[in-house]
Amino acid sequence: MPRSKIDIPCHVDYLSILDETGTVDKELEPDISDDFLLDIYKAMVLGRRFDERMLNLQRQGRIGTFPPITGQEAAQLGTVAHLRQSDWFVPSFREMVAEIWRGRAMETFLLYYSGYNEGVDIAEDQNNLPLSVPVGSQTLHAVGLAWAVRYRKKDDVAMTWFGDGATSEGDFHEAMNFAGVFRLPVIFVCQNNQWAISVPLSKQTRSKTLAQKALAYGFPGIQVDGNDVLAVYTAAKEAVERARAGDGPTMIECVTYRMMMHTTADDPKRYRSDEEVEGWRKKDPITRFEKYLIDKNLLEPKKIESVDQEVKEQIQQAVDKAEKLMKELGDPLDMFNHAYAQLPPHLEVQKAYLAKELAETMEKE
Amino acid sequence: MPKLTMVQALNMALKQEMEKDDAVIVLGEDVGLDGGVFRVTDQLYQQFGENRVVDTPLAETAIVGMSIGMAIYGLKPVCEIQFSGFSYQNFHQIENHASRMRWRSQGRFGVPMVLRTPYGGGVRALEHHSESREAFWSHMPGLKMVIPSGPRNARALLVSAIRDPDPVIFYEAKALYRAFREEVPEEEETMPIGKSQIAREGNDLTMISYGAMTRPTMEAASELAEKDGVEAEVVDLLTLSPLDDDLFTESVKKTGKAMIIHEAPMSYGPGAEILARLVEKSFYYLEVPVERVTGFDIIIPLFNRENHYIPSVKRILRTARKMMDGMK
Ligand SMILES: Cc1ncc(C[n+]2csc(CCOP(=O)(O)OP(=O)(O)O)c2C)c(N)n1
Ligand SMILES: [Mg+2]
Repeated sequence: MPRSKIDIPCHVDYLSILDETGTVDKELEPDISDDFLLDIYKAMVLGRRFDERMLNLQRQGRIGTFPPITGQEAAQLGTVAHLRQSDWFVPSFREMVAEIWRGRAMETFLLYYSGYNEGVDIAEDQNNLPLSVPVGSQTLHAVGLAWAVRYRKKDDVAMTWFGDGATSEGDFHEAMNFAGVFRLPVIFVCQNNQWAISVPLSKQTRSKTLAQKALAYGFPGIQVDGNDVLAVYTAAKEAVERARAGDGPTMIECVTYRMMMHTTADDPKRYRSDEEVEGWRKKDPITRFEKYLIDKNLLEPKKIESVDQEVKEQIQQAVDKAEKLMKELGDPLDMFNHAYAQLPPHLEVQKAYLAKELAETMEKE
Repeated sequence: MPKLTMVQALNMALKQEMEKDDAVIVLGEDVGLDGGVFRVTDQLYQQFGENRVVDTPLAETAIVGMSIGMAIYGLKPVCEIQFSGFSYQNFHQIENHASRMRWRSQGRFGVPMVLRTPYGGGVRALEHHSESREAFWSHMPGLKMVIPSGPRNARALLVSAIRDPDPVIFYEAKALYRAFREEVPEEEETMPIGKSQIAREGNDLTMISYGAMTRPTMEAASELAEKDGVEAEVVDLLTLSPLDDDLFTESVKKTGKAMIIHEAPMSYGPGAEILARLVEKSFYYLEVPVERVTGFDIIIPLFNRENHYIPSVKRILRTARKMMDGMK
């Protein structure tokens, strides 16, 4: 026969466990300990409140531009929750709450968004890469890390986050292809928040889903309700287990929404309607999870209030710490730190030049 | 004449060229409804529609590679790379194709495209949003590299760039986008690519700069005149490649002293080439060593420290005075 059909896997699963009304599918409900459920809940609330506080600080001119995460807490925590300390965490730039989960000190966000290089602070025992701004580029690093992990015969995994817009970049496709070819322990987490600044998903791809891109590269892709932390958690669990077992990569598309502006420098009113945003407010990931936890008798109004209080105190401490640090840090000469393992002679000269300039200014003042 | 910011002046250039010539197409990330993240393409989508103002998917290689194809066909794509920090994704399309298609096709195809992109620091931006890497493009054979210094020349140079038969990299200083206004004539105005300008006349010292740095340079020159009685001549390069070395070498023959000011790192920066031309063409006129006031050879720090990185009026003055003292 000159023309025949080639059988290829041609579907992706869509997974939803906890719907927007807070009703759970008992059959699919994952088995998670009460304590861990509460840990995730607290982290979600922390992420939300910290976002609000940062927006406040930004509007007061106390910090610079930053990308809010509101609405994406479930997508971030449901995935990162599976990582062990030795696993590799490879974020883009909108994973604030996942970064906190991985141990990044909250005050460092405030330093970073106030323009201090010291706002990047990765402990020696943490396998966390710093956030990455060039869209999609970090996915390749996850692939390289995973290759190295396997070379060293470890069962760690690399998990990388990126947006819907990132799936248009060559780097993303090359990362997916390499991961597929080498069958590497990578988990590709796409936070499909429907927008890449002003460009809607419909202008980003003609594909029905983003998850299906994995099929072309020869490994599974799954689409989940990204505002349903139980669904995200379940999909990520399968993916991480598969990766650890040596069965290769997975792509998880978390269907979620960017509730706020792209960054605080952006004005979404130019390109999207309030109705659209309001529609998504009803699908809030925290509200439905709260209802689930109340139904499970893990939460009640008083407890909700105490979590909120606890979180607010944590945030205040971070703000205080950051403000104190900002007074101590900021020596201009420190801009030469970490340029190389060892500062080459020409940079010693340039540093001395700056030191002299600073000293002269001091004298005059 | 309307008084426009550089953003508005660039917008005017695009609008008028699009009205005159339906081969002019604007494409890039967020250039449509959003009008570009800096609003340079504001309202063009509304006026010309989605076929001429194209919101592309997020992929710089594709934006530039597609522009090359459009240009080969005979269109005049003006693509926007949202920040120059993301133009390295498309580096290879420029180096391997745009800059050499004329040569590779033995003259059969030109690539009359413009790549517009904001560069430089001073706007409290995030990482990758403040670099000055004009040397990369100036180093590439087959390319033209233009950097305006204000609304009026930005408009005129962009029109020339769009009409140029060869690919042009057009760097727009973010720090200048809304820094000041200038009168910009409604009627057509162009400026030759490859020609620099005297921004201020003087006989004592030649200051060579371009783009965002022409402002602190001019300020320093005024202060030198006021406080030191030194009249500096300021040369605004406007085009880095092909470099107009007549104007600044002639100036140095008059003043005997030259300093170069740019925000890009010093080593292998544009200043190195300018210095080489000075040595080649005006060596015997140089009375004191040429000085460079530039960014340091490190990644520009996050914004809390960027003011100590970017050449300031103070730093320019300090160097100028040292040179003048050397004369006493
Ligand atoms: C390579 C590259 N191009 C452009 C940008 C500018 N930019 C920053 S975020 C963004 C949109 C990203 O959209 P998406 O991948 O969906 O992530 P989201 O912002 O929605 O989290 C753009 C265009 C960039 N940071 N990197
Ligand atoms: Mg997005």
